[in-house]
Amino acid sequence: MRANQWAHEVRASYAFVERNINLIKRYWGWEVVWLSYTIANSLAITYIGAGMERISGQAVDTQFLVMYLLIGTLVWHFLSVIFDIVSETIAWERWEGTIEYTLMAPISRFTHLVGSTLFSLVYGFAHTVIILLAVVLFFRLDLSGANLGGAALVLLAGSMSFIGLGIVAAVLPLLFPERGAQMTHVVQALLLLVSGVYYPVEVLPAWLQVLSRLSPATYVLEGMRAAILDGASFAHLWGETAPLLLLGGVLVPLGVFVFRQAERFAKRTGRLSRDG
Amino acid sequence: MLLLKDHDVALRLVNVSKVFRREKRRSWRRLWPGNGPSLASAVNALDGVTLEVRRHEIFGILGPNGSGKSTLVRVVSTLLLPDAGRAEVFGFDVVREEKAVKRLINRVSVEAAFFKKLSAVENLMFGARLYGLSGTEARARIVAVLRRLGLEEEAAYQPVENLSRGMQQKVAIARAFLTRPILLLLDEPTTGLDPRSRREVQAFVRELRNEHDATIVLTTHDMHEAEQLCDRVAVIDRGRIVALGTPEALKARVASEGLPEPTLEDVFLALTGRHLTDSHHDQEVIA
Ligand SMILES: Nc1ncnc2c1ncn2[C@@H]1O[C@H](COP(=O)(O)OP(=O)(O)OP(=O)(O)O)[C@@H](O)[C@H]1O
Ligand SMILES: [Mg+2]
Repeated sequence: MRANQWAHEVRASYAFVERNINLIKRYWGWEVVWLSYTIANSLAITYIGAGMERISGQAVDTQFLVMYLLIGTLVWHFLSVIFDIVSETIAWERWEGTIEYTLMAPISRFTHLVGSTLFSLVYGFAHTVIILLAVVLFFRLDLSGANLGGAALVLLAGSMSFIGLGIVAAVLPLLFPERGAQMTHVVQALLLLVSGVYYPVEVLPAWLQVLSRLSPATYVLEGMRAAILDGASFAHLWGETAPLLLLGGVLVPLGVFVFRQAERFAKRTGRLSRDG
Repeated sequence: MLLLKDHDVALRLVNVSKVFRREKRRSWRRLWPGNGPSLASAVNALDGVTLEVRRHEIFGILGPNGSGKSTLVRVVSTLLLPDAGRAEVFGFDVVREEKAVKRLINRVSVEAAFFKKLSAVENLMFGARLYGLSGTEARARIVAVLRRLGLEEEAAYQPVENLSRGMQQKVAIARAFLTRPILLLLDEPTTGLDPRSRREVQAFVRELRNEHDATIVLTTHDMHEAEQLCDRVAVIDRGRIVALGTPEALKARVASEGLPEPTLEDVFLALTGRHLTDSHHDQEVIA
């Protein structure tokens, strides 16, 4: 019975992966648009590094700057894809009107959220690799001294936290049918500002730097840059990985807990149905 | 096959109540001098509903717009928590044993809710997997049920938005049927369908009951349908059950009150008629 139940939950979480892949196939036009936009955007930001010598009229380490910005744009893209997909789990289903059907299925909320999450990791990774391949056509990248394994480790640890944050953000559309989706974008914008995506967080005012330390993206970016630009060792990267594991360990269970509470609240007050 | 706590009563509602509240004024305005406490409107969507549906019955729920039919169906489907009272599906409590209830039921709502760009097959696949079916098992069942509903192969792989309203509704019923619920809740399954589609859906509902051991609770505005399809009906008005029995018994009741050969529509109008004149049942309360 237990093993059976497990098989049931695993299959159910695959339901979300398969459905999202099907949706991508149907909306492939948008995928192309979105991908071209992201590639252009990543290139544009990376070219800021390439142009810095001319802009400032002084000698700068262009190769370093290009890599610095590239890491910023790619990591941010990867993390925001995870955040977007997980947080839109509910918003999309509410829009299609399928939310009541999904919440009525005999699966644990954990399975539901893990299913969406799995998909976001795969999708975010594929997307980021495609962008990287496109960027390689424009820039000569020197990765000889990079600790790529370490970079992957930091990224993976960081994904956990973003999944947790995404789940918390998914709650907003459940509670606020109209405004919820807008609110998740505000959260995302704030993370972009404080996490040092394109600059070291030290340039921010002190009060914003307090928020930087609470954002998992800060640690991911610092860790990735240390691993790729300085070839930092695993031991050194522990300084970034440990806070990420801690944040992830708190944010994922917290997300699921908050989601369950919000679901109860929505069922008590009748906020699940569109037409109510 | 299934472990049930109660084998004879598919659905038991005891004194179930549900109130919806809506703030009328933005809460911050309440703080403005002179505005006083905000007025909230409260609707008694269900007001002490008690009823039993026996296993294998087709049970109809009739009532005017806003009388609480959909709310009742949602409480049983675990989509709304009742404020008071108790609801059980085959002996399992819808609140405390939510997951057990979810395995036994499925619901079809008046609007066929799908991922509109996905095909019928893809939508059904998603539904089936959520209930733990394997891919092969689901595919076999999906093909069988879509064929039974007369959906051509080509249509089955088109985006659902391209299907007619009637066909969409049938696919919605098929989605519920796939998971082999023993209690199927149909909220206005035939509203908005043309006569032919309506008959096809009705035939399918009968088939589900007769051949698949399902119990069916359906809401409808179609008195003829209720008479044809349902073993018993409950008439609900302002969240209260005002009559319950076989269609014949309800007609007999109205006949004894003076109408010669009443139809079920006469029964409905007699029991809920005053609704036409004082339909406003929102109560103003001070929050
Ligand atoms: N989610 C909700 N939030 C607030 N009020 C609601 C909600 N759902 C229903 N109501 C209110 O509760 C009452 C009963 O609604 P319900 O949808 O159950 O009626 P119904 O009998 O299904 O009506 P119809 O025949 O129009 O479908 C109505 O006054 C409705 O406005
Ligand atoms: Mg209704």
